Amino acid sequence: MASIKLHEIAHCYNAGKGAGVDYALKPLNQSWENGGAYALLGPSGCGKTTLLNIISGLLRPSEGRVLFDEKDITDLTTEQRNIAQVFQFPVVYDTLSVAKNLAFPLQNRGLANDVIERRVAEVLQMLGMQAKANLKARGLNADDKQKISLGRGLVRTDVEAILFDEPLTVIDPHLKWQLRTELKKIHQQFQHTMIYVTHDQTEALTFADKVIVMYEGAIVQIGTPEELFEQPKHTFVGKFIGSPGMNVLPCELRGSDIVVNGNKVALGRPVSVSREDSKGLELGIRPEYVKLSADCGIPVDITGVEDVGKRIVVRSKFHNSDVNIILREGEGIPGNPGLIFEPSKINLYQNSYLVGTV
Amino acid sequence: MKPLNNKAWFMVLPVLVLVAFSAIIPLMTVVNYSVQDTFGNNEFFWVGTEWFQELLTSERFHNALQRTLLFSGLVLLIEIPLGIFIALAMPKRGIGVSICLVLMALPLLIPWNVVGTIWQVFGRVDIGLLGHGLAELGIDYNYTQDIFDAWLTLIVMDVWHWTSLVVLLCYSGLVAIPEVYYQAARIDGASRWAVFRYIQLPKIKRVLLIAVLLRFMDSFMIYTEPFVVTGGGPGNATTFLSIDLVQMAVGQFDLGPAAAMSLVYFLIILLVCWVFYTIMTSYDNDEIG
Repeated sequence: MASIKLHEIAHCYNAGKGAGVDYALKPLNQSWENGGAYALLGPSGCGKTTLLNIISGLLRPSEGRVLFDEKDITDLTTEQRNIAQVFQFPVVYDTLSVAKNLAFPLQNRGLANDVIERRVAEVLQMLGMQAKANLKARGLNADDKQKISLGRGLVRTDVEAILFDEPLTVIDPHLKWQLRTELKKIHQQFQHTMIYVTHDQTEALTFADKVIVMYEGAIVQIGTPEELFEQPKHTFVGKFIGSPGMNVLPCELRGSDIVVNGNKVALGRPVSVSREDSKGLELGIRPEYVKLSADCGIPVDITGVEDVGKRIVVRSKFHNSDVNIILREGEGIPGNPGLIFEPSKINLYQNSYLVGTV
Repeated sequence: MKPLNNKAWFMVLPVLVLVAFSAIIPLMTVVNYSVQDTFGNNEFFWVGTEWFQELLTSERFHNALQRTLLFSGLVLLIEIPLGIFIALAMPKRGIGVSICLVLMALPLLIPWNVVGTIWQVFGRVDIGLLGHGLAELGIDYNYTQDIFDAWLTLIVMDVWHWTSLVVLLCYSGLVAIPEVYYQAARIDGASRWAVFRYIQLPKIKRVLLIAVLLRFMDSFMIYTEPFVVTGGGPGNATTFLSIDLVQMAVGQFDLGPAAAMSLVYFLIILLVCWVFYTIMTSYDNDEIG
């Protein structure tokens, strides 16, 4: 097991082909503590998989160094790095049985037979696949195949880190939950460094101690699930995390007031942030912290109401911006509604980056 | 009861006519000949299974069959592994791919009798580059007199002509394997051999089956090339079933025995193909004990 350090890492797939540098991964520094459970969260194409492949050695970064426990391993092969990685789509060795599939990584490393047998039995039990141990992998369904892929990632106990590249994408929802809990348990048991790539926020937030949000080839925020929720450092994080995401409204500062399209936001106190230039200034507020009240606040038009099980989401329109409101239990929609923001939960952004809270 | 729309059967007619003229009628003619004898004048006599009995006990047929089986076996043993090996060594991307593919396809474009002629001349001791060259080196090589040399020439010629087919089929199977399998193998620390044995071979098995069947059928029916190069000699050393058959039917005009032999020949090919197919596909569904 090791801590992983990425030093000035960057990657572009068309390196050396003359065309302008088109980074798939913009230069970044990042440390992963030994034994941490991390989630890499971001939309498709933001560089998550690229970052993962650089750590596992499947990809050589065009710039920068990769360090395991301060040792430079940029030039080592995947095998030498001793990393486990689980891919998005199932990869199984068709002609081998389920048990042999799981034993494969151990056999390749020349472990003793009794050790292999014991580990395979443990992993089989963990995956709930004992009954299928002797079946050939080729005839299984996608769920089972992906479980085998997952199992091959978990079967080695001596790995430096385990990387998961959206491992539960093809898995049935109820099984997904079960396997995620299982992964969490494994992490607590073996304390492997685990990096879990996903574009599903629930997955990221439940799995990881620390979530790293990526956007357009760069890391935009690293934090605990709570930090990401309360203080998104970038409007993208605010919109991406939460359901529905954070409301973002263009605003300006006038003295110690925040003004949204001519309407003063009731704060109850002066704004602590001061900006000489309010260009690109935006106000971010989570739907959970917006209230609807009659005849006061910022007037809006209600465009829709969605009942999403436990809570009710009200969609409204204010000039050109959409504002979502989550109603608390027992609350109704008043006539002539206006928005009231909870002042302590307002975040201010300039050019998409957080500049302060109220 | 619902009225049946029998008009649909007319749609099948064109195919029926086509198959009748291309397969059923010629085949039935052969079946017809195989149970009759003729002394000319278009007079035929019923002989029953006599020709078949004679054929199956004849030493001439046994020898030709053994020679043909040996030839096919050797050809498969060389071309299949060699084809896989070349396909594995071929580049997967870049300009090299097109160059290799064109080079590989070249022998396949040459007509069979031309291939025969090329090797016939190439191997001649008096003027051929190969034959004369070997003679100059002091190697005693003469495919018209030495049985081993004749066989060697035919097999090298067939390998030269047809390995490309195996290469192209295997290559198509190999490039279809998703990159992620190789990545997973690297993560799992698989050796080069393990990658071949557990990823590449299972993935190309289907095209490999086609390659084996095609190469077996083609080599088992080979006629033109050995006819041009050795003419079945020296002696009868390279008289394969097909050459024997033509000698019987056209040379001696023994229509009855030739027809019986054609049918047996056809059944052997069918049987061996079935065996290959069964062995190679039954392996799929097995449960490991």
